[in-house]
Amino acid sequence: MSNQKVDVWVGLFVMLGIVALLFLALRAGNLSSFSLADTYAVQARFDNIGGLKVRAPVKSAGVVVGRVADIQFDDQIYKAVVTVNLERNFEFPADTSASILTSGLLGEQYIGLDAGGDDRMLVAGDAITLTQSAIVLEQLISQFLYGSAEREGAVD
Amino acid sequence: MNALAAVGRFTLEKLVVLGQVARFFGMLVARLGIVVKRPRLVIQQVHFIGNHSLLIILVSGLFVGFVLGLQGYYTLNRYGSEEALGLLVALSLVRELGPVVTALLFAGRAGTSLTAEIGLMKAGEQLSAMEVMGVDPIRRVLVPRFLGGIIAMPILAAVFSMMGILGGWFVGVVLIGIDTGAFWSQMQNGVDVFNDVLNGVIKSVVFGVAVTLIALYEGWHCRPTPEGVSRATTRTVVAGSLVVLGLDFVLTAIMFSH
Repeated sequence: MSNQKVDVWVGLFVMLGIVALLFLALRAGNLSSFSLADTYAVQARFDNIGGLKVRAPVKSAGVVVGRVADIQFDDQIYKAVVTVNLERNFEFPADTSASILTSGLLGEQYIGLDAGGDDRMLVAGDAITLTQSAIVLEQLISQFLYGSAEREGAVD
Repeated sequence: MNALAAVGRFTLEKLVVLGQVARFFGMLVARLGIVVKRPRLVIQQVHFIGNHSLLIILVSGLFVGFVLGLQGYYTLNRYGSEEALGLLVALSLVRELGPVVTALLFAGRAGTSLTAEIGLMKAGEQLSAMEVMGVDPIRRVLVPRFLGGIIAMPILAAVFSMMGILGGWFVGVVLIGIDTGAFWSQMQNGVDVFNDVLNGVIKSVVFGVAVTLIALYEGWHCRPTPEGVSRATTRTVVAGSLVVLGLDFVLTAIMFSH
């Protein structure tokens, strides 16, 4: 086979490899969800983040408006400090509240933002003060059991 | 006492082989410069190793995907979560099956031909003739094949994973009737580009280095007789497959342990 023919076939082979990698990254993987939009970072402190992970979505009214950038533990106040990157073209009032929610019954966890009524908007470096922790199933069950036991005690 | 001596000899022999392979690897790496001077040699080897292995990779990828789709569906169906089929197929292919099965097929398809080729060159004294003519056979014969294998392997593994996912999609969505949107969106939610796809690519590169190195080493060090060449070819498949499986365990433990 002539050299040029070999080159063409090898070129096709490498092209196929690139196509396969792009397919894996874009169609099978989450590269397409990487937003190149400009973002600003906001912090939120939670008592308990449950199973929240870095890169989990931040949603408001069900629409993805940002992603979790970093999760740290603050041993001064014993709370989880979650840094959130919000997209620049979405603005939220300063008294917006953040809660950790679960998509579906056993789905992945995400942060839900509920807009407040403040005139001032959140800017980079601000902290969201109104937060609601993740619901931990065991705590929920123990609260329920404790509550029903107490009620029975009141009847007696 | 005799048994003890046998154990000692066995260990020493293996250690010697390990040292020889490491030295061989060093010799190859030290001569990588030829790529810049004569890239055509490498292109020819990519053609020989990669293009010619493509068919077996395409077909086996597709069928592994079919089987994953069917078996995954039977299990997931019990828990009412058939939509997770896409995630199951994609994760198992990208993380494990893609690189590992491709490397095993690669050892059988390309590794054996490399060993046999070099073994026969040695038996026909072509390598010695080159040396007499002042051409370094390691530089001229081994290094282009080494690089060709390293380049071809990740491409083949990526193609394998892609075909497997398409096969799983075909069985799950077209034949069984899972919702297409759920199939792809579950996959995209669960497969991370860096943690899963990139680690899979790193794995396939490591396997490519290992299998090609073993194939070349066996060819280079075989006894220059028909029997020697045939033994070396067998050893390429056996040692290559075992090393791939062992390395896969180590790499998985490092990459996905947290």
